[in-house]
Amino acid sequence: MPPRYLLRVTEQPRLAEQNAAVLLPEPFVKWFGQKGWSPRAHQLELLAKAQSGQSVLLIAPTGAGKTLAGFLPSLTELASRPKRKPGQARRGIHTLYISPLKALAVDIERNLGKPVEEIGLPVTIETRTGDTPSHKRQRQKLAPPDILLTTPEQLALLIASNGAKRFFEDLRYVVLDELHSLVTSKRGHLLALGLARLRAFVPDLQTIGLSATVAEPDELRRWLVSQAAPGAMSELIVVTGGAKPEISILDSEERVPWAGHSARYATPEIYREIKRHKTTLLFVNTRSQAELLFQELWRVNEDTLPIALHHGSLDVAQRRRVEKAMGENALRAIVATSTLDLGIDWGDVDLVVHVGAPKGASRLAQRIGRANHRMDEPSKAILIPANRFEVLECRAALDANYLGAQDTPPLVNGGLDVLAQHVLGCACGAPFHTGALFDEVRTAAPYASLDRPTFDRVIDFVATGGYALRNYERYARIRQTKEGFWRVSNPAVAQQYRLNVGTIIEVPALNVRYVQAGSRGAASRGGRVLGKIEEAFLETLTHGDTFMFAGKILRFEGIRENECFVSNAPGSDAKVPYYGGGKFPLSTYLAEQVRAMLDDPQRWKKLPEQVADWLRFQADKSVLPKRDDLLIETFPRGNRYYMVAYPFEGRLAHQTLGMLLTRRLDRAGAKPVGFVATDYALAIWSLADMGWMFKNREPSLATLFDQDMLGDDLEAWFADSWLLKRTFRNCALISGLIEKRHPGKEKSGRQVTVSTDLIYDVLRSHEPDHILLQATRTDAATGLLDVSRLAEMLSRIRGRIMHKNLEQISPLAVPIMLEIGKMPVNGEADETLLMDAATLVEEAMGPEMTD
Amino acid sequence: MNFSLSRATLIAEADLVGIAGERAVCDRRGVLYFPDLRLLAVSDLHLEKGSSFARRGALIPPYDTGATLLRLQAVIADYQPRIVVSLGDSFHDGGGAERMHESFRGQLEAMMAGRDWFWVAGNHDPEAPADLPGETVRELAIGSLLFRHEPSKLRVEGEISGHLHPCARIVQRGRSVRRRCFAGDGGRMIMPAFGAYTGSLNVLDRAYAGLFRLETLVAYMLGAERIFAISGSMLRPG
Repeated sequence: MPPRYLLRVTEQPRLAEQNAAVLLPEPFVKWFGQKGWSPRAHQLELLAKAQSGQSVLLIAPTGAGKTLAGFLPSLTELASRPKRKPGQARRGIHTLYISPLKALAVDIERNLGKPVEEIGLPVTIETRTGDTPSHKRQRQKLAPPDILLTTPEQLALLIASNGAKRFFEDLRYVVLDELHSLVTSKRGHLLALGLARLRAFVPDLQTIGLSATVAEPDELRRWLVSQAAPGAMSELIVVTGGAKPEISILDSEERVPWAGHSARYATPEIYREIKRHKTTLLFVNTRSQAELLFQELWRVNEDTLPIALHHGSLDVAQRRRVEKAMGENALRAIVATSTLDLGIDWGDVDLVVHVGAPKGASRLAQRIGRANHRMDEPSKAILIPANRFEVLECRAALDANYLGAQDTPPLVNGGLDVLAQHVLGCACGAPFHTGALFDEVRTAAPYASLDRPTFDRVIDFVATGGYALRNYERYARIRQTKEGFWRVSNPAVAQQYRLNVGTIIEVPALNVRYVQAGSRGAASRGGRVLGKIEEAFLETLTHGDTFMFAGKILRFEGIRENECFVSNAPGSDAKVPYYGGGKFPLSTYLAEQVRAMLDDPQRWKKLPEQVADWLRFQADKSVLPKRDDLLIETFPRGNRYYMVAYPFEGRLAHQTLGMLLTRRLDRAGAKPVGFVATDYALAIWSLADMGWMFKNREPSLATLFDQDMLGDDLEAWFADSWLLKRTFRNCALISGLIEKRHPGKEKSGRQVTVSTDLIYDVLRSHEPDHILLQATRTDAATGLLDVSRLAEMLSRIRGRIMHKNLEQISPLAVPIMLEIGKMPVNGEADETLLMDAATLVEEAMGPEMTD
Repeated sequence: MNFSLSRATLIAEADLVGIAGERAVCDRRGVLYFPDLRLLAVSDLHLEKGSSFARRGALIPPYDTGATLLRLQAVIADYQPRIVVSLGDSFHDGGGAERMHESFRGQLEAMMAGRDWFWVAGNHDPEAPADLPGETVRELAIGSLLFRHEPSKLRVEGEISGHLHPCARIVQRGRSVRRRCFAGDGGRMIMPAFGAYTGSLNVLDRAYAGLFRLETLVAYMLGAERIFAISGSMLRPG
């Protein structure tokens, strides 16, 4: 079988063949001929545009031969480059390839090396990642390869080193793989700034972006080229088509649960599908779902089929083993999280099973693209909804995939914390002038609208922390020379920078290591490391608790320094369910589709009978929300009063809404006690009868849901929310305010020099307008809190709130009511927990204990 | 002794803790007050920690000294103590007092005026702070109490110390809460760190091994409104 990026001649239009002869150098044409293949039309089109000096964005589905397309301009140019004469200076890097994953760079080295060798091209290809040994990195600086395959972080490091300008002076092309996934994060911001720097070194540099289908291609086109001319865009080539995937939703014989995320009910049916196919890739949304599904599958795995587990927290060696086995087609099924999302080719997958709702139509399309990695054969996929709302969501996503709808998130402005990091990096490389760097930074699309005062504040921040109290002039990290150039004040600054480069903040995590049961560590060190697990999860465990990890049921033995000791648990039931909720919030597009579906009984016909029944019951007992309305139900239950709202705007927006509404209800005297949010709904419970209050307009729902809640209430809640502290920590680390690592000392997690929570408190009370707090608020509003989405929703539902005051719980409310007690309520109730604990002591011991 | 009304209302009988026969208030703001002695103890102020980091290239906000002094001023204003004992590590390093901004120095001196002020030597600040009043001592015995920076490995009844920055952690309903705390067993008391940038170490850490009678260990965890007394058996490591 030919590699995925090539097709047989017979399948190609004749025009492409003619073009090929014009564009491709002789050895390439010959090689294609020998193989009996022919380049694809889009590959030649890209080549033609690149040869005419343009930057290009190529959007194509998986399996369309994107990689070869991206490298053809470089390879053909390198093929016809005159040989270096003896004594002639070494040539620098010709092409820089940047991918989001180390593994992808390694994969490309292999895939590209083969044709280069077979065509007999005089081209050297090397990778440079965090794993590259330092002697090799040194050598690469002296004798650069023609094509360097690397990651955004490595580019930042190269830019921050002496002689960066010389190193890149021969650069012709930058190929950016999986661009759609790079641009949405802070890594993308750093990369955009790096590209701007490269363009300053080499003004006629060309970029080639490779991307999966996105909602707004123009955003990526602008991203690829200098914005010196505002709004400038790269060329665009879109490859449509590919065979339509065959996607179905599992129509289970079992009862689809009301709530939960495990999809345990479907295990036997999933297993049956695995048996029917060669290799099945099972996607889940979270690591804990992966662990659970893996356990469940092995429970029913009577034929002991080779079924493996793959997620980002597992030990690297373990992951490599799984990847290798997969490449060799030695596995029948792999349970995986997003670590396998990106375009790595892992052998012949003929079925993708998506457990849980995909949360976004584009995400679903990309994951399904994993199956059957050839564009012209249909991918086959089965969606397994974990609960009833997910059935609706899967149906919506499925319709979307057929319609080709896209819901990739819009790009946001570049982070100021990232800019601060970049500014220091630039100074480490070579002295810069404020005005020149400002102009350069603004050529990067994410920073095109940056204003000069803000930029000056960032420089001030990098130099002395940017505080109103100007105490730190003598400790400045960068200083301005008489000629107006900023330079690093001492070499230690550059050393520190290099250790802390990048925007990926790891959650504090501990190694999980085997020890003998019952031992607390010391005596039995040296057991196998299974992977890493978050500190936050481990904190909830007590000695003897059992939980799932790395496909095993483990017994928690204790924590020693940065290691968590575990032993094999006897039984097969983990006492502590290990579940952190959905990872991605429901996309706006899918939310709208779900609302539309609820409002249209015609579309229920496509739903499984039990789900359609559920909706009919709802229509009977309460009402179904209209497409653009917000339904609010109130009802008493036990000694509490409940309000359930159904905005379908995703968990983050609901969580924010919940925090704000409880504040307001508290002021109105409703005595709210708690709330819980899912992707679909929000439930608040209280001591006072909210149904009665709303009916009597004390307050009216219109007042309660007024947009003004995003003013003072949001600001007040921002003040000491733990969510803000978490965001601040990221900004502080990325901006270089505090270090991830210090020369000679490995710092991690709680040991970070000074707790960022404490810094946050102090800074907020003394300088609330500090640039880092500004960056934090912006980040939180877009990311964790989804404020913009909430704002859109509040404006959409004005005058469209439908209140249903019920005697008892409605069918639609059951799923969220079941989440109560399963999900931690929110981060602000710590005092209540302390009170409980203190009371327990008093009850048990009597009050004299505290005397 | 003359308690003003506001001071008297600060102290409810129930909030009093016994240490080697002396009665003390564990204030939720992290200070210890002995009404009978009119003595206020505070530990690990770590003043000028911010500038100490800045010297080494981490430009963390220079407001920690101001924030710490402001809080100290508030408790001093509430209790109006006759004696103040700063239990060591009052400055983050030996040069701290010298680096301190003039305005902060003035603020500190105003607090010190009219009362006996003792700087107990700590490992971060073994020498007397430059150009500040007050008496620097290695340790200080008053009545049945002994104030020193580091808790001694030998059992000393009535020892009040700091140094370890105790915090405690509980787990309730699957959620973990960690707070700074006073740690006491009726005989000795280790105070929480007061400084704005001071971190903390769990009382169950090895560093505390042998210091407490475990059966009577209580962590007085600092809450937003009050102190929560949690018995040692409820505490979790980490």
